[in-house]
Amino acid sequence: MVDHAGALADRVWRRYDRRQRLIRYAVLLVTLMVVYWAVRDIDIFWPWVWDAPNQISNLGARMWPPDPRGLEAILNAMLETVHIATLATMMTIFIALPVSYIAAQNTTPNRACLWLGRFILVASRSVNTIIWALLFVAIFGPGVLAGILAIMFRSIGFIGKLMGEAIEEIDRRPVEAMQATGASKLKVIAYAVVPQVMPAFFAIVILRWDINIRESTVLGLVGAGGIGVLLQGAIDTFAWPTVATILIAIVLLVLVGEAITSVLRRKVI
Amino acid sequence: MTRPDVTGTTPVPRTWRKPPFIANPWLRYGLWLAVVTYLVWAFGSLPFNWERISEGLPRAARIFGGGFPPSFERWGLLFTGFKESFQIAILATLLGVALSIPFAVMAARNVAPLPVYLFGRAVIIISRSFHPVIVAILFVAAVGFGPLAGILTLTLYSIGFVGKLLAEEIEEIDWGQVEAMRATGAGYLATLVYAVFPQILPRQVGLSMYQLDSNLRASAVVGIVGAGGIGGTLMNAFGRYDYDFAFAILLIIIAVILISEGISGWVRKKIW
Amino acid sequence: MLEISKLVKRYGHDEPVLKELDLRVEGSSVVAIVGASGAGKSTMLRCINRLVEPTSGSIRLNGRELVNLKGAALRRARRRIGMVFQGFNLIDRLTVMENVLAGRLGYVNLYQAVTRRYPQQDIERAFTLMERVGIAHYANKRADALSGGERQRVGVVRALMQEPEILLADEPTASLDPRTSEQIMKLLQSLASELSLPVLINIHNVAQAKTYTERIVGLRHGKMIFDGAPADFNKEALEAIYGGIEAPEEELVETPSASLDQGKPGVTHDQA
Repeated sequence: MVDHAGALADRVWRRYDRRQRLIRYAVLLVTLMVVYWAVRDIDIFWPWVWDAPNQISNLGARMWPPDPRGLEAILNAMLETVHIATLATMMTIFIALPVSYIAAQNTTPNRACLWLGRFILVASRSVNTIIWALLFVAIFGPGVLAGILAIMFRSIGFIGKLMGEAIEEIDRRPVEAMQATGASKLKVIAYAVVPQVMPAFFAIVILRWDINIRESTVLGLVGAGGIGVLLQGAIDTFAWPTVATILIAIVLLVLVGEAITSVLRRKVI
Repeated sequence: MTRPDVTGTTPVPRTWRKPPFIANPWLRYGLWLAVVTYLVWAFGSLPFNWERISEGLPRAARIFGGGFPPSFERWGLLFTGFKESFQIAILATLLGVALSIPFAVMAARNVAPLPVYLFGRAVIIISRSFHPVIVAILFVAAVGFGPLAGILTLTLYSIGFVGKLLAEEIEEIDWGQVEAMRATGAGYLATLVYAVFPQILPRQVGLSMYQLDSNLRASAVVGIVGAGGIGGTLMNAFGRYDYDFAFAILLIIIAVILISEGISGWVRKKIW
Repeated sequence: MLEISKLVKRYGHDEPVLKELDLRVEGSSVVAIVGASGAGKSTMLRCINRLVEPTSGSIRLNGRELVNLKGAALRRARRRIGMVFQGFNLIDRLTVMENVLAGRLGYVNLYQAVTRRYPQQDIERAFTLMERVGIAHYANKRADALSGGERQRVGVVRALMQEPEILLADEPTASLDPRTSEQIMKLLQSLASELSLPVLINIHNVAQAKTYTERIVGLRHGKMIFDGAPADFNKEALEAIYGGIEAPEEELVETPSASLDQGKPGVTHDQA
């Protein structure tokens, strides 16, 4: 037991003990120094900063009212955006599933496959969609193909990683039971693994589709198709009212996408 | 337990098919038809420039051939670009996380009055709907090229993301503590500070780390449209066909992202 | 006839779990294997169908050596060894019928397995067996909609679908309430005589072992220390098997799924 008399003698209430406090102060100090360095060192012309609210509201004023002309072109570009997202998500599945299979510890055939799978996932996830698009536009030229490939290459990592985790989290016991019946590896997967990861699979694909809708709205800024092409064109020609229309259309598209996702999620799972 | 021959009074159908996932056959085949129709329509309506695409392979060979080995010769440019990306990410996280608190309070139904709530929600929804690159291109148009546009973009991005999660957190707090504070006669602000913030603070610290990580990722891409940072350097390298430099930048971006993901994951584990 | 001789299983460099175990099971007898957690019961059972790889020794089923089998030959051997598990090990999201038919996976080809187009006689057999244990009306229900006792019946039928030459039951009643577990034991006993099948049952409940089996084998620290008729299983034998052993500490060695029913073994120790 603790020596009560000693403890009572100098009772001081402290939120944190000494070591914790030192760590907290150190973290705070380092953060402050980093922020100070960032503010002093960054290449910003400060008068512009004070002028920024002015400029932004100015831009906002130039956008009003939105220009409804060219609505048909915008709608077509919207459809193209949705197509890019949907087709890319569908095609991703065929690549992401095998990758997740070899990247999951409990199903991978051997260590080499495991590391290959993990490398593919990391490479895919670390490169942003728009950087993938930049690369594919350089290869295949501007157009929807570059966009679809860019979305696919980014989604492989996302779907593959989450599916791999889902496979690793399955209940081992049905697997054991299937092995005990003398089933081959593929049959064990078909019976004990696939049914268990089905709900996760649908949830992940739906989630990624939602994200892909958002991502495919910007592909056009590097020339990879979709609504972004129109947006870039409108900005380049200072057609601000048209920009406003496009922005409103994008918000609506994203909201509709979100609504569809939540309905699907409830239906399927 | 009865013997099998006794139970034979009601003959069970001796065939068995797996019950279909969707019971209604019309709906089942209709869905297949819809998917096929969609695929045909989507592929048919998309403009593919096959001539240009067919040039792809030799081009890919040229790009990858020119890209290897990656050249780190212009490391000075590389360093400046990354420094700027870090600065953008840090300042935007700080501003975004700080501003996300008032917006989260506004967007939480249980602590905000209805008109304020609607306004808060609208800000969060709009800032979440737009991809940071779109926001960046608008800010570049408004305040000019450079890191300022990047900071503004990522601040808004952080408000959307952190604000939404934080608002949900506030809506789920233990209401008893709020009532206890009100019972002591505390005002609205005091209630917020003593009963609401302590409950959401641990989450907030974790979210900030997460957001710093994701801002760093995003800061690499907003530069592509001119909002400062390494993205601009990358875009220039691509534009000038400096593929060896571009691949060097890409490699460093991947390395930095992996490291930052590791650190942010480690810190979050420590805190929670 | 099952002949186990000099069976040794050692995990890593630890003390062996099974130490030169010998066991012969002839004809269609029901054998109970009793012992404290960690005595090696489950490991022994799993060595027979090679879910656990024996370190050395020999296991012969009807004259065929099982220990050195590999690949397709091992799978062919496994399909003649039925197994019933403590945690039922059903595929929750599939229907009862699919779970039952899964017992035929060793016989059908991959196409039949994936499309669920099993041969007519398999479906016939499935219905007959399900009627026998009283679950035929659940054929198209999902496995997780059933109660514990019903789920274990599905497990038993799945094992019998394999047309096994021997049935292994690893604590088949440990996850069930006392009444249901009596029913399952009775079922296993009568099925053994109906199908003239040798059955090996790992069991903690000594009272049930004495009531429903014809022979009791007691294991302790991987060695057989009792082998005889239930009538001969007296206080001394019980003391020799369980004496001085407290709460189960080697749960991990016992069975990977043992964590499902915390504390059950400790309760059954007081049975006598």
